[in-house]
Amino acid sequence: MTNPYIPNLTVIRKITTENEAKDIKTFELTFKDSEAMKNFKYRCGQFAEISVFGAGECPIGIASSPMDKDAIQFTVKRVGVVTTALHNSEEGTVMGVRGPYGNGFPMERLEGRNVVIVGGGFAFTTLRSLANFILHKANREKFKDLTVIYGARNPGELIYKYDLEAWKKRDDINLNVTIDSAVPGWKGLVGFVPAVLKDVAPSSDNAIAVVCGPPIMYKFTMPVISELGFSPENVLLSFEMRMKCGIGKCGRCNIGEKFVCKDGPVFTYKEFQRMPKEY
Amino acid sequence: MKWKVIEKSKLPNLIGELAREYEIFAPVDRKSIGSFERLASGSEVSLDSRNTKKPPKDVFIPQTETLFTYKTGKQEVELAAPQVVIGQRVVLAVRPCDAKSFVLLDKFLSSGEYKDAYYKEKRKNTTIVGLACNHPLSTCFCTSLGGSPHGKEGLDVLLQDINDKYLIEPITERGEKLIEKFPWLKEAERADIDKAKKLSDDAEAAVKSKVSIDGVDNKLDGMFDDPIWEQICQKCLNCGICTFFCPTCCCFDVLDEDGKRIRIWDSCQFSCFTLHGSGHNPRPSGKERMRQRIMHKFNYFVKTHGESFCVGCGRCIQECPVNLDIREVVGAISALPTDKRSDND
Repeated sequence: MTNPYIPNLTVIRKITTENEAKDIKTFELTFKDSEAMKNFKYRCGQFAEISVFGAGECPIGIASSPMDKDAIQFTVKRVGVVTTALHNSEEGTVMGVRGPYGNGFPMERLEGRNVVIVGGGFAFTTLRSLANFILHKANREKFKDLTVIYGARNPGELIYKYDLEAWKKRDDINLNVTIDSAVPGWKGLVGFVPAVLKDVAPSSDNAIAVVCGPPIMYKFTMPVISELGFSPENVLLSFEMRMKCGIGKCGRCNIGEKFVCKDGPVFTYKEFQRMPKEY
Repeated sequence: MKWKVIEKSKLPNLIGELAREYEIFAPVDRKSIGSFERLASGSEVSLDSRNTKKPPKDVFIPQTETLFTYKTGKQEVELAAPQVVIGQRVVLAVRPCDAKSFVLLDKFLSSGEYKDAYYKEKRKNTTIVGLACNHPLSTCFCTSLGGSPHGKEGLDVLLQDINDKYLIEPITERGEKLIEKFPWLKEAERADIDKAKKLSDDAEAAVKSKVSIDGVDNKLDGMFDDPIWEQICQKCLNCGICTFFCPTCCCFDVLDEDGKRIRIWDSCQFSCFTLHGSGHNPRPSGKERMRQRIMHKFNYFVKTHGESFCVGCGRCIQECPVNLDIREVVGAISALPTDKRSDND
């Protein structure tokens, strides 16, 4: 019988500090067993359970794109026991990874459509995976216009600056990066994500919006999304919950009868509206 | 297969014979609470007491269980999964309510895309021998949940105390095979079976407390924001004893300790159960946690697995330090007028 609780062994190949506060880092992992790497087939929006042996395990969204074949990336904020242990790890450290888990984004629904990505804070990780997947030369023509609206508190808190720079140079992405309030030296957009979304006003025609951010961002973004004419089934939300097992057994991440780990973490706004308000 | 009988005085012999081939778990009164433990000897079994305080779930879901061990070197990590089951097991004298809990746990833990390997492996290698209840307690309400003091669901063999003897009824093929190992067992006589029938009928009638469960699942659909949760949770201490002693509650935490990745029983009644790393908590107070427990048992599980996640054993009622009675909670929900429902859709 396959045992879902046993992780694959991986090695940290590269650690990138993402923000000025230095509490968000991207860990690039390679599998020790090349078969395990091949078997780790994931789609954008899925997550995995990362083990730091001796500290424990935690669920983290996959930040790399499924087109990146030789390594997987996780962007992790230092908040608890496991993430702190992870942050204290060095390149070359052996970690465990099991997964991928969750439903991920329904890519077949996004194909042939305009895609509007709306992200706030460091919840941008799986959205970055999605943007990079769409922008890959093997995929780009499967999707129509790509609009990205991404906001952080201040310029120092923007993650994936190297990606943002690369995207800025392309003409097949409408990139809108914003910070909450003006600071000297910042020449880009200023304002909260919902306000910028309103200004950018991407068409809802043949479009799907993918939204991920802190709960407060959802609260103010959803009315704008609706105003723009996106019907609830064409809006995808990705949720976070405290999780342990990642496979629907440990019992804590449910919203109503749905487990965020196995029935989500991606739900349409239509599904979300029918869920009990407990998140 | 014919029903058998065994004189009570011979039971230790049977257990002794069984022990040569099986690991035996049975109710014992070690540690001053009745619980199912691995038997050291046949005479240790305590079949006269009423149901054990601790349910037999830990035969399959130990309170702490090693998922694997790890050895960390400088650049290397070695993992080793433990052998889940060493040999075949028998769980002896499981009460029908608890046997039903295994059926419900199977639905949850052994189903779906991911199966719980540790639970499933143990279940696969275990024969369940039940013991009918002749004397239900005042807190028992198994009959309200489709069970019965002599119910057979989840059992391979059912024993029933008929004064000086136990009547032995095979239920499954696995149960028959177990009984066949004891050719010296006498066949039951008509009088034994009649006596058992009478005791069963009396026991069924003795389950006096009835909870009206019909339609409660539907009613709960519209009650997520109902003020009732605020009222019910007032006296609850969130101590979690109801979930600890519940035969179906199986939530767990996972952590690393001394070279082992372990899982350990956890409870939805604790505030840290759902606390996010950010500090946000979707179930910040007793109200939400009480709602989760009741909703999970009588609404969510019905939606996902077709029946309530409660067997009516009454342990949560017996052990609650503030006398919170799940029958009263379900009764109160059941008594609410249907038009009170606010449809979420």
